Amino acid sequence: MGRGALNQHDMSGYYYSILHGALLTVAVSLASLLVATLIGLLGAAAKLSGRRPLVWLATGYTTVVRGIPELLMMLLIFYGGAIGLNSLLELLGSDQGVDLNPFAAGVMTIGFIYGAYMTETFRGAILAIPKGQMEAAWAFGMGPLRTFIRITLPQMVRYALPSFTNNWLVLIKATALVSLIGLHDMTYLAKQASAAAREPFAFFLFTAALYLVFTAVSLQLLKRLSARYSLGTDKVQL
Amino acid sequence: MNWSVIFEPDTLALYTQGLVVTLQLTLLSLAVGAVLALLMALALVSRSAPIRLPVAAFTYFMRGTPLLIQVYLIYYGFAQLEWVQARWDTVWPWTHFKEPFFCALLSFSLNTAAYTAEMLAGAIRETHKGEVEAARAMGMGRWQLMRRIVLPSAIRRMLPAYGNEVVMMLHSSSLASTVPALLDLTGAASRVYSDFYLPFEAYLFAAAIYLCITFSLIGGCRLLERRYLGYLAPRKA
Repeated sequence: MGRGALNQHDMSGYYYSILHGALLTVAVSLASLLVATLIGLLGAAAKLSGRRPLVWLATGYTTVVRGIPELLMMLLIFYGGAIGLNSLLELLGSDQGVDLNPFAAGVMTIGFIYGAYMTETFRGAILAIPKGQMEAAWAFGMGPLRTFIRITLPQMVRYALPSFTNNWLVLIKATALVSLIGLHDMTYLAKQASAAAREPFAFFLFTAALYLVFTAVSLQLLKRLSARYSLGTDKVQL
Repeated sequence: MNWSVIFEPDTLALYTQGLVVTLQLTLLSLAVGAVLALLMALALVSRSAPIRLPVAAFTYFMRGTPLLIQVYLIYYGFAQLEWVQARWDTVWPWTHFKEPFFCALLSFSLNTAAYTAEMLAGAIRETHKGEVEAARAMGMGRWQLMRRIVLPSAIRRMLPAYGNEVVMMLHSSSLASTVPALLDLTGAASRVYSDFYLPFEAYLFAAAIYLCITFSLIGGCRLLERRYLGYLAPRKA
């Protein structure tokens, strides 16, 4: 009887640790989303700039990144990045070795990969805005940056949101891969817990349910955002 | 950079072995997934809730959770159940759960089946109303209508989206390297990395191979689209 009670207690400890790991999953997801959005905006700007070298660079980036598995990219950046960083430091005359922080490596990788998808999303969204809008802004004497912030950005949000939502949902699920480079996210903790407690199913199902909660909540939030940015437009009645 | 190690016969043999496993996993998962997807798509467009809802719940779960968790659920979850392990020496379907290849294949097939089923169900729902009415007027029954009219055009219309899914499946197959004792292309690269401590060379070489396969798959899909979706292409002047 006593053993049963102890087991019960142990189990809840594992669930708490997975919940704690969920915070890390959220942190990795949001940080990666930030990186991906920044890269996406830069990439879209480069692709639409019309300057040959920039267009080639951005096209090469989106093509190569979308052609390689995420896991492979993550291992390349995590293990390769550490060695690259160390040889760079050696070149600069420092003899201190550094280890690449797995959080940084994970966020960089996921941000770098989804930056490629975001580039396409934002490029399409900007192309969907009537050109007259930008031309009118220039005619008013707005510079490129002000035109982007005041005219392009508020309008492209509406066009970009559906595809942005898709990318975000895929990105959340991709963060499970950071458990493979030693980050203690909820997938990592679930695997540890199931090995330690000899309870194969429960922890993985619990983690899966948490992912479902994340996707459900973000869908609701993004739906509201989409409604907010579609305020001035009529829905087509079919 | 030290590429000479990569091009030694032993290393190349390791990569080849990994490549074969990757291709086997990708193609077999797609084949099994396609059959399951067809059945599930028919269930998803069914009018009867007891048929539709369980399949919808399944696709919701598979599409909403990471593939890595699904692989773990099958390899560390299902295959470690005492009930399964008690049977996997003797009783037929359970004997396969001993093999890491089968566990990976099962999780990949179920995953791609869920995505493909939703795609196909979407394409079936988009079928033009007039086509269905015309077929009914010709006296076709439910299955005949499905087999002769709805499915051929729905499968054609989902081709572009399915092309993406094929590439995704190739990339997902890299998760096989997380199952111990299974050496796919990513696993081979990791082995080369740990043997020679050459991360850039080991992973970049594998990345180049993946890129080549991705491009051939995309090219193949383009050909199929030109063949089967030619009637939807813009008319040439």
